[in-house]
Amino acid sequence: MADHTVHSNTLPPNPEKATLEGKNKFLGFWFFLGGETVLFASLFGTYLGLRGGLNGGPGPSDLFHLPLVFIMTMILLTSSLTSVFAIISMKKGNFKGVLGWMLLTVVLGITFLGFEIYEFVEYYHYGLGFTTSAFSSAFYTLVGTHGAHVLFGILWISTLLIRYRKSGLTLTNAPKFYTAVLYWHFIDVVWVFIFSVVYLMGIGG
Amino acid sequence: MAQHGIDPTAPLTGEPSKKTKRKLAREMRTQLISFVFMLFLTSMAFISIASDAIPSGFAFPFILILAVIQVILQLYVFMHLNERGNGWTNAMIWTGVLIAIPTVAALMLLLGIVKW
Amino acid sequence: MSYAKAQSKSTLWDWLTTVDHKKIGIMYLVAGAFFFALGGLEAILMRIQLMFPEFTFLPAQTFNELLTMHGTTMIFLAAMPLLFGLMNYIIPLQIGARDVAFPFLNSLGFWLFLFGGILLNISWFTGGAPDAGWTAYVPLSSESPGTGLDYYVLGLQVSGLGTLIGGINFLVTIINMRAPGMSMMRMPLFTWSSFVASMLILFAFPALTIGLLLLMLERVFGATFFAVDFGGNVIIWQHLFWIFGHPEVYILILPAFGIFSEVIPTFAKKRLFGYSAMVFATLIIGFLGFMVWAHHMFTVGMGPVANSIFAVATMAIAVPTGIKIFNWLLTLWGGRIRFTTANLFALAFIPSFVMGGVTGVMLATSAANYQFHDTYFVVAHFHYVIIGGVVLGLFCGAYYWWPRIFGYTLDEKLGKIFFWLFLIGFHLTFFVQHFLGLIGMPRRVASYLDGQGLNEMNFISTMGAFLMGIAFIIFVVSIFTSMKNKVNEADVWKDGRTLEWTIPVPTPEYNFAQTPLVRDVDPLWYEKYEGDGKMKAAEPLGDIHMPNGSILPFIMSFGLFVASFGFIYHDAGQTWLAIVGLLITFGAMFARSVKEDHGYHIPVDEIKKDLQKEGR
Repeated sequence: MADHTVHSNTLPPNPEKATLEGKNKFLGFWFFLGGETVLFASLFGTYLGLRGGLNGGPGPSDLFHLPLVFIMTMILLTSSLTSVFAIISMKKGNFKGVLGWMLLTVVLGITFLGFEIYEFVEYYHYGLGFTTSAFSSAFYTLVGTHGAHVLFGILWISTLLIRYRKSGLTLTNAPKFYTAVLYWHFIDVVWVFIFSVVYLMGIGG
Repeated sequence: MAQHGIDPTAPLTGEPSKKTKRKLAREMRTQLISFVFMLFLTSMAFISIASDAIPSGFAFPFILILAVIQVILQLYVFMHLNERGNGWTNAMIWTGVLIAIPTVAALMLLLGIVKW
Repeated sequence: MSYAKAQSKSTLWDWLTTVDHKKIGIMYLVAGAFFFALGGLEAILMRIQLMFPEFTFLPAQTFNELLTMHGTTMIFLAAMPLLFGLMNYIIPLQIGARDVAFPFLNSLGFWLFLFGGILLNISWFTGGAPDAGWTAYVPLSSESPGTGLDYYVLGLQVSGLGTLIGGINFLVTIINMRAPGMSMMRMPLFTWSSFVASMLILFAFPALTIGLLLLMLERVFGATFFAVDFGGNVIIWQHLFWIFGHPEVYILILPAFGIFSEVIPTFAKKRLFGYSAMVFATLIIGFLGFMVWAHHMFTVGMGPVANSIFAVATMAIAVPTGIKIFNWLLTLWGGRIRFTTANLFALAFIPSFVMGGVTGVMLATSAANYQFHDTYFVVAHFHYVIIGGVVLGLFCGAYYWWPRIFGYTLDEKLGKIFFWLFLIGFHLTFFVQHFLGLIGMPRRVASYLDGQGLNEMNFISTMGAFLMGIAFIIFVVSIFTSMKNKVNEADVWKDGRTLEWTIPVPTPEYNFAQTPLVRDVDPLWYEKYEGDGKMKAAEPLGDIHMPNGSILPFIMSFGLFVASFGFIYHDAGQTWLAIVGLLITFGAMFARSVKEDHGYHIPVDEIKKDLQKEGR
């Protein structure tokens, strides 16, 4: 195919949707997020249905620690903003900016995950094992699934950063970065409900 | 799928058009404002629980409303659902939400403990 | 990869690595047919056991395993893959596309399904298949000893992942890949109904994913979601299962509706009556399909108001379904009907399915449901809708599209014998089961006592099952004896209406040498009557871009297959297998992410050569 190619392309206004492949990826990934909505709804429902089943173990008001959750929320929210800046850089054609902002997003994600692991370890020491009660199983499964999503996002974005550290912005990698950012926002969306429904309502009632 | 004559691995060069630049600047402003607003919403939610003065009967719906506003901001400002040509994505996300609501409600309420 | 290299693969490697939607479709059909035969065999064994009262053909434990595997196999590994096979092959052709939106993911979806299916069936050889029914209600399933249920959980998890991927692929394909002029409201009904079914997959399967995840955590890692003594609740599982499970039956029936909506107009030589009403009815059924799941749980004790709401919502589904039935009847009305085998299946579907629909409304009456619940009445009902709807639809579609897919027509004479034997056998088997249920025979029992008035009807039912078995054997024989009936024209049935009948047999790998221009619903029919009978091209002849094949989907699925054993034998200290398997899968995903793959082009000269060969 070498004889047909042009060796650079001009920057389109939406590089993530400039090719059919990009359009397909964009749409397919959004649909996947639609499915994830129901996936997390099932976990939230399970948690809400079982949160009273303490079996004599520690409950939400014994465990949850507002300042920690507040810090975690702020970190994730900020990482959402940095990934937005990455997309703006992408549309400006500034690939260095994309890499920088995405790197910051990853760092914030790792920090968040570190806090979450610390949190789980603390709860374990308070006597909340995975098998202690229906509440503990449901709590760890819901928050743990979110944490697994964060971990996957970190690995995914890191792979992209390493793979494309020198390539410059292309029609192939633009949709990849864009979908990764969508995924990252979605993680934040889920967290908004986790801190509201699990932590705040857990402490408040 | 690569259209003929376009090398999908070639770096994109050139500047965005003036129009795009203006649009991006506007976008960035909206996003920063939304971010600050989200910080505010989050803090409000935390304060409403942290201060014991507010009864939980008021605080819970209040927190939920704040969460919904924040999520809508995320979807429309950060994830650009408001842009044109996003009809299908909107349809699918909201269908997901539409199905998520009875799912959560049923798992919370219809467990055979309280008879409705 | 270059064009020459893409052409020179060995056959086995070609099939293992293919991303061509047609080949993947054929693999779905073959694998689905295998599992269909397996599920059928399981059914026959159960019917033999129930032929006489207190018969001792099978031990009760084996019976429980057979009934679980029959249901699970038929739903997940036979009906859905067979529909996916037809959807894969036909949808891109019907919308004038060269391929699906995600050829790589399409192949991944297939291999995940196949490895999941194999995993599930390995349980037969490792100390017993799952035995808690296809619904796997807790605590029966969470407490069930042995590894059978672990195979159920992981087998379905793996194959369910494949289905979800397939669903997203169809959605994006239909939205983004349509030929010029093919607006949504010009799409053939099979594509439309597959589209809605794919939406249901997208939103229903995540609930199953979570249900299976919880059950796995409970069984393998000691979680306590369903353990009442730990504060758990068993109804959680029922909700999660049916939030998936009810849409699932619409995932099966909607594409079948689509098949009938293609076949009936073709053989009535009339445009489908009420096209837009059909589309909206499909959408409404899809939506309502999500809002009625609790009608499977009327006897759980949710309370009278909750039961009534779900009862009314359930009955409401009869309205759009009725619209569809009348539209099919009115399509036939005044048409010049040809009684081909395909059309016979479509015609037999209408009364058979209506019978299943009527018992559905009876079951939806929540007060009466306390009487019907868990009896053979329910068994009769869902076999009437699934065999009378989905299986007749699959055979209908098979006879209709067989020449398109395999290049020869199935023998009509054997086909008609097959049809009549199958139809009679089906009604013989399940009609009497209504009455068995009404006089009190519970479902899922391995035997029954003499002298309770159950003997004759059970015997009749078993005879019907034999008849269906014989009919299916005739069908399989006719597949091989019909191979000489080669076809070489595009419009095999002469009255084809849609784009899949405009391209040569066998279908070229690029489907359309030139993307067609669509000018109306039923584009080919329109060109026959308003144009010169040939599709107008929407683009000049040129090189055609094709995706490269890849072995990675196979490796990814194999990785999850290996990992599943790690989870199943976690208690036996084999967790390392899970780590190895997941490393394989994630490694392959990493390779896919890192290595860009831009496909290759078929040079225009090759396409011109093909066109000359066809004499066009």
